[in-house]
Amino acid sequence: MNKPFATTLDVGSSLANHTGSWRTERPVYVDRMPPCNQACPAGENTQDWLYHAEEGNYRTAWESIVRDNPFPAIMGRACYHPCETSCNRGSLDAAVNIHAVERFLGDRAIALGWNIASSEERSGKKVLVVGAGPSGLSAAYHLTLLGHEVTVVEAGAAPGGMMRFGIPAYRLPRTIIDAEIARIVALGVTIRLNEPVEDIPALLEREGFDAAFVAIGAHLAKRVDIPAPDAGKILDAIGVLRELETGESMPRIGRRVIVYGGGNTALDVARSVRRLGEEAIVVYRRTRDKMPAHEFEVSEALEEGVQFHWLRTVTHMTGESITVEKMTLGPDGFPRGTGEYETIEGDALILALGQNVDTHVLDSIPGVEHSADGVVKVGPNMMTGHKGIFAGGDMVPSERTLTVAIGHGKKAARNIDAYLRGIPYVPKVKPALASFERLNTWYYSDAGKTVQPVLEDVRRRSTFEEVVGGLDETNALFEARRCLSCGNCFECDNCFGVCPDNAVIKLPDSAAIERSDSAGSPHSAPFAIDYDYCKGCGVCAAECPCGAIEMVPEEI
Amino acid sequence: MNVEAKETMNVEAGQKIKFYQTGTLTVGNRLLDEDLRTVQASEERSNAITSGHRACQGCGEALGARYALDAAMRAANGKIIAVNATGCLEVFSTPYPETSWTLPWLHSLFGNAASVASGVAAALRRLGKADIRVVAQGGDGGTTDIGFACLSGMFERNDDVLYLCYDNQGYMNTGVQRSSATPPTARTATTPAVGTAPGNIFGTGKDVPRIAMAHGIPYVATASVADLHDLERKVTNAMQVRGARYIHILVPCPLGWGTVTNATIRVARLATESGLFPLFEAEHGEIVASSPIRRAVPVEDYLKIQSRFAHLFRPTRDDAHLAALQAIADKNIQRYNLLRNDHGNDARKEAA
Amino acid sequence: MKTPIQLTPPKGPVELTLPKARQIEGSRAIAEAVGLCRPQVICAYPITPQTHIVEELSAMVKTGELMDCEFINVESEFAALSVAIGASAAGARAYTATSSQGLLYMAEAVYNASGMQLPIVMTLGNRAIGAPINIWNDHSDAMALRDAGWVLLFAETNQEAIDLHLQAFRLAEELSTPVMVCVDGFILTHAYEEVELPTPEAVDRWLPKFQPRQVLDPAEPITMGALVGPESFSEVRYLAHRKQLRALERIPELSAEFNATFGRNSGGILRTYKTEGAETIVLAMGSINGTIEDAIDELRRNGHAIGAVILTTFRPFPYASVAAALKNASQAIVVEKSLTAGMGGPLAADVTLALANTSTPVYSVIAGLGGRPIPQASLESIFERARDRELPETTFLDLHWDAVNQAITKELSWTPHT
Ligand SMILES: Cc1cc2nc3c(=O)[nH]c(=O)nc-3n(C[C@H](O)[C@H](O)[C@H](O)COP(=O)(O)OP(=O)(O)OC[C@H]3O[C@@H](n4cnc5c(N)ncnc54)[C@H](O)[C@@H]3O)c2cc1C
Ligand SMILES: Cc1ncc(C[n+]2csc(CCOP(=O)(O)OP(=O)(O)O)c2C)c(N)n1
Ligand code: SF4
Ligand code: SF4
Ligand SMILES: [Mg+2]
Repeated sequence: MNKPFATTLDVGSSLANHTGSWRTERPVYVDRMPPCNQACPAGENTQDWLYHAEEGNYRTAWESIVRDNPFPAIMGRACYHPCETSCNRGSLDAAVNIHAVERFLGDRAIALGWNIASSEERSGKKVLVVGAGPSGLSAAYHLTLLGHEVTVVEAGAAPGGMMRFGIPAYRLPRTIIDAEIARIVALGVTIRLNEPVEDIPALLEREGFDAAFVAIGAHLAKRVDIPAPDAGKILDAIGVLRELETGESMPRIGRRVIVYGGGNTALDVARSVRRLGEEAIVVYRRTRDKMPAHEFEVSEALEEGVQFHWLRTVTHMTGESITVEKMTLGPDGFPRGTGEYETIEGDALILALGQNVDTHVLDSIPGVEHSADGVVKVGPNMMTGHKGIFAGGDMVPSERTLTVAIGHGKKAARNIDAYLRGIPYVPKVKPALASFERLNTWYYSDAGKTVQPVLEDVRRRSTFEEVVGGLDETNALFEARRCLSCGNCFECDNCFGVCPDNAVIKLPDSAAIERSDSAGSPHSAPFAIDYDYCKGCGVCAAECPCGAIEMVPEEI
Repeated sequence: MNVEAKETMNVEAGQKIKFYQTGTLTVGNRLLDEDLRTVQASEERSNAITSGHRACQGCGEALGARYALDAAMRAANGKIIAVNATGCLEVFSTPYPETSWTLPWLHSLFGNAASVASGVAAALRRLGKADIRVVAQGGDGGTTDIGFACLSGMFERNDDVLYLCYDNQGYMNTGVQRSSATPPTARTATTPAVGTAPGNIFGTGKDVPRIAMAHGIPYVATASVADLHDLERKVTNAMQVRGARYIHILVPCPLGWGTVTNATIRVARLATESGLFPLFEAEHGEIVASSPIRRAVPVEDYLKIQSRFAHLFRPTRDDAHLAALQAIADKNIQRYNLLRNDHGNDARKEAA
Repeated sequence: MKTPIQLTPPKGPVELTLPKARQIEGSRAIAEAVGLCRPQVICAYPITPQTHIVEELSAMVKTGELMDCEFINVESEFAALSVAIGASAAGARAYTATSSQGLLYMAEAVYNASGMQLPIVMTLGNRAIGAPINIWNDHSDAMALRDAGWVLLFAETNQEAIDLHLQAFRLAEELSTPVMVCVDGFILTHAYEEVELPTPEAVDRWLPKFQPRQVLDPAEPITMGALVGPESFSEVRYLAHRKQLRALERIPELSAEFNATFGRNSGGILRTYKTEGAETIVLAMGSINGTIEDAIDELRRNGHAIGAVILTTFRPFPYASVAAALKNASQAIVVEKSLTAGMGGPLAADVTLALANTSTPVYSVIAGLGGRPIPQASLESIFERARDRELPETTFLDLHWDAVNQAITKELSWTPHT
């Protein structure tokens, strides 16, 4: 074409005009900390493994979990899932059923016999772990992955700690515990059973361990003095639960069993009693909403016919009944006696008032300190006052849950590793939180409560052994896909689409490509900003559903 | 990751689950079937208007034009000729020696885009090149005002042209003056926010999509940069038909509306969610579909983020005018039945 | 007898049998001439006196006499030319016609077509511009848009109107510029005259298929109609100027080629009539030249050394040719059908400029406004006064002075209310 001058132009020539110079702010891809991840005491990268599960890459998803936590199948059943409490989707409709997906993955791993490979590199160091509860096993697992030789010494006849001897089987089938522990053993961890450790320094010395992680839990039942002149039957919850697990022929506890306490243990024991065919009555000194037990436990117990007497304290027990005092809540939320009494029929009383740590094993170790309530003091690196002896789980000051215990095990392992290698352990810097305000929730499909009944149905159908059933693949996928992918790109292509200046580039789909913004900080988004053309309007950041783009002022 | 060991979802489950976090609300979504993703999600999109144009930061018109034309390009296998009226889109895209267009494109005048397009269509028909399709485009001023006679003529003759009106509710290129698409109370350079009825006067303006419908042409639709899937679907629908077609696209203008540059899509979304800019489709003069509101909001939510409406809130709240604007939205909601609950973004339906 | 026009040009040499002359209306003649040029898109909006041309064309398209052509009835002249712009840019030969108010209504597009160098041909049935509204002939419309960058050709007769259209398409497409063929409203458009129309074969050899300089094509996309700023606007304008100057060279060449092909001397820059030895030379455009020639014949018989220049090409303005044609005259009289109020005759102004380096005076005669007849006798008396050196600089032919003077008196006596 012999085109006229100036008025007729060759197409696409504006690429010569670099509008990037207009910019006062630049969009930068970031990976933020999803609240679920932040809330997980075991430090699971929840959003990451959900991301893989969404795609149906279950193995990758599972591998992501077990990088942090060796017990996905157990977690999916017994973890109190603080991830879900803080899940951003909760502010939208209902939190993602994270634990259910985790359980699906864990069960799948068991069914398909997935295993974890340890690193080939061995350190030559030996570590002693005292106690085969979740904390000890977690530490053993991570230490092994880090290349150390680990021996777990356990007093009991089976590994698992409170997972096995506390949590009832209807919530956590023993086959699951066995399978996940077997995987740890397969990794090369030695577990010695029926061997109560009495003198840790001596054992270290004798067997040439370079460090120890102590996680003996809190097994001493707290008691209150309840006058029982007629030699009424008073038991403790932990003992009953342990008995249920170990005793082949468990003696009948009673016909109407009173459980005193309002924690999870109280409910576990009450619901276990129901399963033995007896009546179970929970007596608690405050109101329902003040119970430390989780709400789901209370409602499931109610569904199962457990009776509750709130605002009552037990004052007296005979062989046939107990006497309780009615309470009111003071303005401080604490119960006060009213001086009014009543009797409740019941032939056994189980105390579920909490546990103390049996510290005697540590008492003689120089440097080890205890707090007033008996727990063992540890530093930020989980080390006790005695060099090389670390501790975690229920025996140290913190929340007493499986997941916290497992997190302690992981954290201790990393610190022990650093200790053994003589280097300081520097934890990764945590990115800023992907809070709800950072999301553009418009883009997420409505998938709230409507899907829950489906899950409920599954539950209801499978109350025979395990109360709560697992999700089938369809439901698990659905649940995974409810995840908002808070703070982490999930490739929705919004930025690529909404840029008025076509300044977003898709990076080649290759792991070899290092994804980073021009400032050099790496990110997982498979996109890059073309700063030659980006004018910095910020539409991409505003329309990113998950808040994975941040506007950063340009230095002019 | 061990690739061989990768355990992927069973196909059946994958097929059953049609729910993908964001479904069809986002541009793409890696989990969505390719054909359910937008044209914009694809690296193969034509980028009918490419980088280096001089639109303001966050310009909705630049975005809307690319959305619409890329969809048209896909529908016509890349065989599109575009005719453009004078206005921001033309000015920011073609200052000599640079053009941002990658398709054959012609700008003639402010008010004649529809006619020029008719001429192109006639020529193509005559030259035996009817596989090449013609798109005319202009701003609201070039469409609803100065180009209106040409537009109506093109409609009335049922010429084979898809006309795209990029409505930013004012003469933006000349510095934000009032057009017949400027909403009541909006402040523009020629409807200043002074006097007893500040801003644009109530009772003025015209509803061009409905006027287009009155021509009985095969296809009329409204669309918005806030709903890309809907916009692309409408352009694609329009491209399946021969004859005169009209799509009126809401394209917010940060400069003229007084919004922050990153609010372009959000404000367009609020226009639709408040009921002020209903999305619908009509065939041969009859409404055939409308998009129900997904998250209803009062008009105030839309108005208060735009400085062109600031006088409705400061120094004192102008309740009377706010109510009158709400009444406009309510009327749309009623007319197009916008508050029914059947939007397509519900997991219940997608899972089914 | 209507023979359908086929689009495919004949192959090999063709016998050029000269067709018989026919007595037809000017509009019909123009329509047939346009049809012979095989336009692909015709768009028009009716306005007297152009109507008959487009009516004929629409009928020709509808009956199939003119094949492979789109006839588009548009809603305004602005749309008409806009459709032509689009059609031309898409590679079709495009034609439209208008008059007077219609030309003004499309004014913006008139400039646009030339600015974009689109080879559109348009017939202008010359008519006065209102107010007062007046449907009769003068040249006010052409003068209003004389600087819009189009080539403006004026036909003296209907035969020339035919020939100019054939030349206009050639010129337009060779140079890629729009061309307007001006024909006097009614006087030519509605007059039945004997004309010869060439055969389709002959026209096909004369006018090759349209090969656009620039075309909207997805296979080779371009941007047409870019915004050009101060840094290049002058260059664009200068190139437009150069193109017009090039047209000035091409027009006589085409006229000569046309003559050789069709055996008729028409078109070109200008023609002279009895200028040898003429002291007085009258210059005019369009159909009035017939009357002028008759007057000259009469005066010559009386020994008056007078001749005429018939100006065909008004834009680009042929300064050199005009100067050369008038070089031996001692005075020039420009008879023109338009008036720039407050200035005088615009054609006279151009001629004056052409003679700027000479001492030859130019007299302006404003005649025939709004269809006022121009009697030969009136012209003769003017020319005689000129011979006697009695002609004022500007003459308003046959003006009713009593009416004018009355109105002036009335106006002068008006005082504002207090
Ligand atoms: C009834 C009940 C239900 C619970 N339900 C849940 C629940 O649903 N979800 C949840 O997250 N948490 C639950 N918990 C809390 C959770 O079980 C504990 O926080 C967790 O098990 C603590 O783990 P740990 O490894 O620190 O201690 P433990 O699990 O108590 O394990 C300590 C291990 O050390 C062994 N040991 C003790 N002394 C010695 C010694 N001297 N030598 C060798 N070995 C020794 C013990 O035999 C035991 O195996 C529940 C607790 C109870 C009591
Ligand atoms: C005939 C004519 N009148 C006025 C103008 C000035 N003009 C150019 S663009 C424009 C405003 C365009 O407004 P709109 O069509 O809404 O497009 P926008 O710039 O808002 O996208 C005006 C008034 C012109 N170019 N031509
Ligand atoms: S939505 Fe997903 S990423 Fe966000 S908190 Fe919930 S589970 Fe985590
Ligand atoms: S003035 Fe408005 S429409 Fe024009 S380029 Fe700027 S943002 Fe876009
Ligand atoms: Mg506008």
